Amino acid sequence: MKLIFEKSQAGRRAGTLPSYDLPPAEVPEELRRGEPPRLPELAEPEIVRHFTALADRTFGVDTGFYPLGSCTMKHNPRVNERVVALPGFRDLHPLQEEDGAQGALELMWRLQEILAEVCGLHAVSLQPAAGSQGELTGLMLMRAYFADRGEAQQRKFVITADTAHGTNPASVTMAGFELKKVETDARGNLDLDDLRAKVNEETAGLMLTNPSTLGLFDEHIEEVAEIFHGAGALLYYDGANLNAVCGISRPGDMGFDIVHINLHKTFSQPHGGGGPGGGPVAVRDILEPFLPAPTVTRDADEFRLDYNRPKSIGKVRGYTGPFGVFVRSYAFIRAYGPELRRMSEVAVLNANYMLSRLRSTYGLPFERLCMHEFVLSARNLKRDHGVNALDIAKRLMDYGFHPPTIYFPLIVPEALMIEPTETEPKETLDAFCDALEKIAKEAASDPEMLKEAPHRRPVRRLDEVKAAKRAIVKYGFDQHPDLRGERAEGETVEAQKGA
Amino acid sequence: MRYLSLTDSDQEAMLAAIGVSSIDELFQDIPGKVRFDRPLDLEPALSEPELVAHLEELAGRNAHTGLELSFLGAGIYDHYVPAIVDAILARGEFLTAYTPYQPEMSQGVLQAIFEYQTAICELTGMDVSNASGYDGTTVAADACYVAKHVTGRTKVVLAEALNPQVRQVVKTYAPGFGLEVVEVPHTDGITDPDDVRKAAEGAACVIFQQPNFFGCLEPALDLAAVANDAEALAVAHVDPVSLGVLEAPGRYGCAIAIGEGQGAGNYQSYGGPHYGFIAMHSDYIRRMPGRIVGETTDTAGERGYVLTLQTREQHIRREKATSNITTNQTLLALAGLAHLSWLGPQGLRELGETCMSLAAYAKERLGLPLVFPDRTTFKEFAVRVGHPAQEAIRAAREQGVHPGYALKRDYSGMEDALLVCVTEKRSLADIDRLAEVLAG
Repeated sequence: MKLIFEKSQAGRRAGTLPSYDLPPAEVPEELRRGEPPRLPELAEPEIVRHFTALADRTFGVDTGFYPLGSCTMKHNPRVNERVVALPGFRDLHPLQEEDGAQGALELMWRLQEILAEVCGLHAVSLQPAAGSQGELTGLMLMRAYFADRGEAQQRKFVITADTAHGTNPASVTMAGFELKKVETDARGNLDLDDLRAKVNEETAGLMLTNPSTLGLFDEHIEEVAEIFHGAGALLYYDGANLNAVCGISRPGDMGFDIVHINLHKTFSQPHGGGGPGGGPVAVRDILEPFLPAPTVTRDADEFRLDYNRPKSIGKVRGYTGPFGVFVRSYAFIRAYGPELRRMSEVAVLNANYMLSRLRSTYGLPFERLCMHEFVLSARNLKRDHGVNALDIAKRLMDYGFHPPTIYFPLIVPEALMIEPTETEPKETLDAFCDALEKIAKEAASDPEMLKEAPHRRPVRRLDEVKAAKRAIVKYGFDQHPDLRGERAEGETVEAQKGA
Repeated sequence: MRYLSLTDSDQEAMLAAIGVSSIDELFQDIPGKVRFDRPLDLEPALSEPELVAHLEELAGRNAHTGLELSFLGAGIYDHYVPAIVDAILARGEFLTAYTPYQPEMSQGVLQAIFEYQTAICELTGMDVSNASGYDGTTVAADACYVAKHVTGRTKVVLAEALNPQVRQVVKTYAPGFGLEVVEVPHTDGITDPDDVRKAAEGAACVIFQQPNFFGCLEPALDLAAVANDAEALAVAHVDPVSLGVLEAPGRYGCAIAIGEGQGAGNYQSYGGPHYGFIAMHSDYIRRMPGRIVGETTDTAGERGYVLTLQTREQHIRREKATSNITTNQTLLALAGLAHLSWLGPQGLRELGETCMSLAAYAKERLGLPLVFPDRTTFKEFAVRVGHPAQEAIRAAREQGVHPGYALKRDYSGMEDALLVCVTEKRSLADIDRLAEVLAG
């Protein structure tokens, strides 16, 4: 399909603006734009058709089942889109005086209170823009906490699990800490012996997802917390998998001191093709003084922005955070009320049901019940038929499903990481399991057909090696290379991971 | 619960298949002591009509720009958002997809990001753009991180006339990045290249804003030149709406262009979610943070799009990644692409010129002393109201007009300074009304 730039015709336009009989703007010659930007020139009908065609070539949760592990692709209620578009929210300027933003501030204050209750912690900052920024904020809080105690130089190391999301180690580096990795034991828990050997007075803290990216709850979480707290270190909870435990087990009660929450996973902010997200941070009282400024406070019936936070790490994002995300998540939670627990129960039920159906066909690395997601291994199909996790993922597309996360976590070979979420009906879970069972049979009967999948998408398999080598990352207009006819050859299988 | 499909008989069948007798049994791996043994202390569930009524009540207590005649800008702007933006963003396929890890499922969103990258490169005169960043503040921190690795230096220079929100975020990130932040004061509303020359010695980068926070046009060519003389990366923080009128940073020696995208396609939304953009010279492509989409072909030789250069990223490189970014702001960037396509080159130029002409009219019509009388300004300008600006704001709001931003919040010696912003949504009559209100 053509790019919008390839549909452009000089002289066409869609947008019109008010015109006033005013003297022309005077721009000093050297600052005036020379060549105009080559933006598309189209009338409105063709713009609408273009984006409609692009939407038709995109698969969302609205289109069908999207069990992308660790990404919590649940249904996004449409009432949330209605309320976020209310002019009182949508057209509110972030620098409006507090008395002109009382409704917005109250909503934020209420969301802070809700998240503190769900996490079992004391205080919340809504500011971080995404989970990854929530992680970084959490590590900055650790750093500020130890600096305040005069231990900044000493506390150099942050420990992550070998099953951790890639964002964890990346955030560790960006926050100026050094990384140590701890191994997973035979039951899928953190290896306590390895942990004890690595935690000491130089440890700043742990970053852990619980349940882990294997979909398993760490059975020794109390001992883990004791090991870190005993060494004067802190525990950070990566909230990527919070959808498993709302109202069932709270990170604060598990011993975590800092938590980030992915509003776009657990609390239904639509993922938008890769954002926006929201990554609020909840903390224990000892860390509250360091939270980003401003926080929202309540003073009798008035809500205020508190900038007077002398120990604050500062601002991690503009203004008070991604407010529209707060509106949607708040609306989502208010639709459940205390029954939020039911959300997590059904998420875990759905995952275990699928696991029970698939465990005889695919390999299960850890013989346990799962939480809201589970990881299977396709190593048998690879050994017996040369069909790998990528082939299975591509073939699932032909059956009308978005593939699960593959090749993650890294410790499971040929991993398929499946997260159904609570919003899928049993019929869909069954249809997906049927498809995976059929694919296992196809792997035996016609492995070549799987290697060439997908067969029913707008494009066939794409050449990622060529893309990285050529690095064509924008349209080149009359210089644009014509790649057509160059068939894809190599294809890299790189770790593919959501979160 | 209305978002769940599970029936009692489904539940029974599923529990039986799993081989447990109750939902509680599924949680047997959670140690007893850390199980939560009471109901969550949350307010009762609301039906959909109740929920809408509750949120309408909250929204009703906000003085939005349809209620108050607003001249508030200072980084977030009340530009017109075309109807096609709402229509495109309402498509469920865009709204409810995730990062396109599986390109065959996501050609539409991948192509849209590729087109967005092209549009940002055209606006800024740069070679490569990522798929978007969180907002106009965090992209500045990203630029500092790139500059640190490119130059091997640890000092970053910020113009004081750079949006205070941006400077605060850079300062928050700086300790973790191992960076020292130096700020260069403004001289009568603009940044003096001679001051930057001194500060830029041994610096990784120099970040200035064009037009700057006061709305004034910076001597951008000279600022880029002194940064380049010191072999520091010149970074311009630019307003996309200005780039039909003002020169592209790539054409005057900048290595990196960054900015807040909100004014192109996003509502104000009390500060977010919006998108930040970051574009740079091709030399630094492998240091770019976040997602990048590239063109390739499929096994049939047809053109297609994929996430590319992923070996920079956290899910591959882990602790050695160029950034921890996973999420970008695709949906908001898509809104930006739609708005820029609606405008086209001619519309973008007219938009900039209209804002600028209206602001010039407002300057004259208000008749108040200018804080920086000798400067050329774009869509914002600072005036002295003769008494504390916050009082002027309070008095004007009582008459239904929000006259602007009190610069005292960020700058000393600006007690009575008001930063007034005029977009294409404000008519001549609106400006006359502002003049009347401010005249008291």
